[in-house]
Amino acid sequence: MEKLIDLGTIIESGINKLEENFSGLWGAIDDIISWTVHSMNNVLLGIPFYIIIAFVALGAYYANAEKNAFKIEGLKKGGGLTLFVILGLFLVFAMGYWEESIQTTTLVIVSTLIALIFSIPLGILAARSKTADVIIRPILDLMQTMPAFVYLIPAIFFFSVGNTPGVVATVIFSLPPAVRLTCLGIQNVPSDVIEAGRAFGATEKQILFKIQLPLAKPTILAGINQVILLALSMVVIASMVGAKGLGSIVYQGIQQNDIAKGFESGLGIVILAIILDRITQAIAKK
Amino acid sequence: MTDQRKIKIKVEDLTLIFGKRKQEALALLDKGISKEEILKKTKCTVGVNKVNFEIKEGEIFVIMGLSGSGKSTLIRCLNRLNEPTAGKVFFDEHDITRETNKELLETRRTEMSMVFQKFGLLPHRTILENAAFGLEIRGEEKLAREEKAQQALETVGLKGYEQQFPSAMSGGMQQRVGLARALANDPEVLLMDEAFSALDPLIKSDMQDELLAIQSKLQKTIVFITHDLDEAMKIGDRIAIMKDGVVDQIGTAEEILTNPATEYVEAFVNKVDRKTIITAETLMFKKNTLVQMPKDGPKGSIRKMRTIGVDVLPVEDENKVFLGYVWLQDLLELEIEKETSIEKALKTNVPSVYKSYSVEDMLPLITGTKYPLAVIEEETGKLLGLISQTSLIIEATRFGKKEISELKERANEM
Ligand SMILES: Nc1ncnc2c1ncn2[C@@H]1O[C@H](COP(=O)(O)OP(=O)(O)OP(=O)(O)O)[C@@H](O)[C@H]1O
Ligand SMILES: [Mg+2]
Repeated sequence: MEKLIDLGTIIESGINKLEENFSGLWGAIDDIISWTVHSMNNVLLGIPFYIIIAFVALGAYYANAEKNAFKIEGLKKGGGLTLFVILGLFLVFAMGYWEESIQTTTLVIVSTLIALIFSIPLGILAARSKTADVIIRPILDLMQTMPAFVYLIPAIFFFSVGNTPGVVATVIFSLPPAVRLTCLGIQNVPSDVIEAGRAFGATEKQILFKIQLPLAKPTILAGINQVILLALSMVVIASMVGAKGLGSIVYQGIQQNDIAKGFESGLGIVILAIILDRITQAIAKK
Repeated sequence: MTDQRKIKIKVEDLTLIFGKRKQEALALLDKGISKEEILKKTKCTVGVNKVNFEIKEGEIFVIMGLSGSGKSTLIRCLNRLNEPTAGKVFFDEHDITRETNKELLETRRTEMSMVFQKFGLLPHRTILENAAFGLEIRGEEKLAREEKAQQALETVGLKGYEQQFPSAMSGGMQQRVGLARALANDPEVLLMDEAFSALDPLIKSDMQDELLAIQSKLQKTIVFITHDLDEAMKIGDRIAIMKDGVVDQIGTAEEILTNPATEYVEAFVNKVDRKTIITAETLMFKKNTLVQMPKDGPKGSIRKMRTIGVDVLPVEDENKVFLGYVWLQDLLELEIEKETSIEKALKTNVPSVYKSYSVEDMLPLITGTKYPLAVIEEETGKLLGLISQTSLIIEATRFGKKEISELKERANEM
């Protein structure tokens, strides 16, 4: 069929222009992300695996047990997850995917941090300004309904292949829930508390930092948890543009029809997901 | 009564209109168009309509009126939580409506604090941190502000609860924290919007007493909103009654009760049924001299009467159970007859009530005889106090003659 409007070409030429005119910026972003991912990988891989396992296990235990860390209740609360961390991570190591797991974790952490740098201020903005809300909301809807693969195209275009396009696509894909939940958390702060702040002469900034953000904290943390899980769910797709890690092993498994490879690396992703989810949930519940 | 105190707050032609077309609505209001018309024509609600009043330093000024009459809107204009559409609010000499944002913040931080119906405490902070919140907002050092907050908490009777969280406390205690937070700032003016309305009656009464005690100690100027006339009468020096954004009458409780300016005020005042609220306990005189049988004979009893100058005294037995009254003239006869016991003069068929009886319950006991009403403790039969027939009648005549005669008739039929 003949096209009436060639929207695709218009977008393409727009993106082309962006690429040409800001190539310095894209280069700089690429450098920063690559460098961060690379050095974080190096640092983590420089530490013996058992120390990392011990460290994560302790973190998981403390996040769950908190004040009861040295009591029986603490053991009841945090014991299960701690055991899971030790066995799960050891299994990943024993299967021979330690390096890939670290790479995946790095990718998730870096993407999550970048996503939060954008999403929390955006959420605050949307909560405080109706105009911002009206603009941001449909964009978020669009971002969440768009198939994740679509983000790979501009990512490759600006950053060719490697970790950077993977991180960028992951950031875009995982950012919406944090914006939404930050906004929701702030909007749900009871108006009488804010009113009290106003009556005592609080500035807008004081209201934000002393009232709204602390009261919205549990909701915002739930949003962060969502971001982490979405980022993790993106690792296989990100591997298609060259991001390293467990995702790329899964991808190889699919391409080579290698069930063993696909299963082992898939299991590794599940283990990481459970650990990251439970630890962040425990922190959010505090 | 001439009041020499200086004027703390002066409100001049204060008007607040909700909605987008404020100026249009204001122009219509100036032409004398009614609130309903204005709402129809401009979709604007007139919240406060040309209100004028002055509040003296150290006064408790109560604003009352039915729901939706504009009380909250008015009090929120005083610290500009609602931006007045027209008119002026003077605080001492300066006009708050003309303050810049920065000056306004300063005013809110130092000169007036607010106490809210829904408390408005921060759930993630301890009681101490909540009480120190206003000081924190204005940038005081942690140590200094916690010391002041500590003092304020002691003032409201919450010593020992500093490290608790609001969720662990009852409504009454939470509102004490709200009050402490306001007091910690040491403002000259307290704005209290239905501060006690969410509390249950007993706690509410305690809080009112507490507020009065604090007021007599600290001499704050207090603007207090309530829709409860009894609360208004108990704590208010003067009361303003609002209807549809307009202040209908301002005066002392006495002036408003005896001389309601409009039908609305009258209806409002009458809705409060004093005769069901005033009880024997509030009317009785407590410290009575008694005659004890058989210890006191006629001579001793007569001496007791003479020293306090009465001609009737209540009598109790050695277990402090109330028996009745003896009259001076009967005792004088016994003295002449050289009797040693007052038993023959004792009148036992006398009116007595329990302390929870309301004026309504007691009206039938206005008998025309001169006996005071004895207020008896239910469990022990002990005399708690006496109510003179006169004070009961004075209380009763507030209802109008018709009601009294009706009540008396009903009593006679019984
Ligand atoms: N933000 C607002 N926008 C529009 N109209 C409002 C707003 N706030 C209050 N009003 C209206 O202004 C009028 C006065 O309301 P206000 O809350 O001051 O009454 P109130 O006397 O405090 O009543 P209550 O005893 O229920 O607290 C009401 O008709 C109300 O509907
Ligand atoms: Mg109100």
